[in-house]
Amino acid sequence: MSHLQMLSRIPRPLRTLERGMAQSQGWVTRYFKAFCKGFFVAVPVAVTFLDRVACVARVEGASMQPSLNPGGSQSSDVVLLNHWKVRKFEVQRGDIVSLVSPKNPEQKIIKRVIALEGDIVKTIGHKNRYVKVPRGHIWVEGDHHGHSFDSNSFGPVSLGLLHAHATHILWPPERWQKLESVLPPERLPVQSEKESLHGSP
Amino acid sequence: MFFPGSLATTLKIECIVEQTYGPWWQSLHRTMLRGILGKTFRLVGYTIQYACIAHCAFEYVGGVVMCSGPSMEPTIQNSDIVCAENLSRHFYGIQRGDIVIAKSPSDPKSNICKRVIGLEGDKILTSRPSDFFKSHNYVPTGHVWLEGDNLQNSTDSRYYGPVPYGLIRGRIFFKKSCS
Repeated sequence: MSHLQMLSRIPRPLRTLERGMAQSQGWVTRYFKAFCKGFFVAVPVAVTFLDRVACVARVEGASMQPSLNPGGSQSSDVVLLNHWKVRKFEVQRGDIVSLVSPKNPEQKIIKRVIALEGDIVKTIGHKNRYVKVPRGHIWVEGDHHGHSFDSNSFGPVSLGLLHAHATHILWPPERWQKLESVLPPERLPVQSEKESLHGSP
Repeated sequence: MFFPGSLATTLKIECIVEQTYGPWWQSLHRTMLRGILGKTFRLVGYTIQYACIAHCAFEYVGGVVMCSGPSMEPTIQNSDIVCAENLSRHFYGIQRGDIVIAKSPSDPKSNICKRVIGLEGDKILTSRPSDFFKSHNYVPTGHVWLEGDNLQNSTDSRYYGPVPYGLIRGRIFFKKSCS
């Protein structure tokens, strides 16, 4: 008996059922393959983007008042962190940056850059009155002096701990703004070796 | 068959050829261009995808590094190939005696390869070999004390102080032994 003759002997509903089952199995395999393909494309690209280009973070604490979190614990600002700008570790005085805390590597802190390498800073509450920032280090301070755990407590920080440059406030909507790189005049370094542009481009 | 001498006939034939084959040439150019554009986009897409996978692998899993410098002799010679893994750093599993790769505190663009002598809270001999009086100090919180195995020829924590844990990139677990 030929194949076609055999096929013609199978009742009609069964043939349709078999075809349907084969189709649904193909559908499941195809869906699974597409999912795997998409997963292995989407996850690395998203992770790389968040690590290297930009990410978003919520600011907690009062160390940067009044620039960030002026409302205290009622409303926390959400800032845009730009990794791409600091990929070559180039920062200017007055930038608001996020860095890995030297005292607790699991935590990130957000502070303003006051002095670059080679500058001599007048400290507030540090054990030495004047500190020269060593090579490859920066001096960071929170805007709210006295309520800030910054270089006045732990000294100059290595540039390798730099995480990102905070460029904009994204939330709450009434506080949408670009964060300016301004240095309060009383915090200018006493003596600076490197000349840098004031303000951000 | 036409007489090549006849200009009018040649022009007429050319017209017919252009009318018949003109759109064909145009469509061929279009598909060729689209094919090339499509191939370029696919190439760019694959490059981005593999670059991202490479970044994730080097950042979160580990990679192969070449160490240069005499500061870790005899354990690691100059120009040795070693394998480093980054999982210990993320799970805070670096122990005393591990050889780690870290960002240099004085130059963030270069890496250093040293051994962890002390973790936070440990009491460390901090004086330089040239000092007469020995001095001890405690490693502050969030920092580690790094020293090279070749103590005479190594710039390490004895010169630039304790290194913050956040500068550690990875831990070396395998060295390819060169003959």
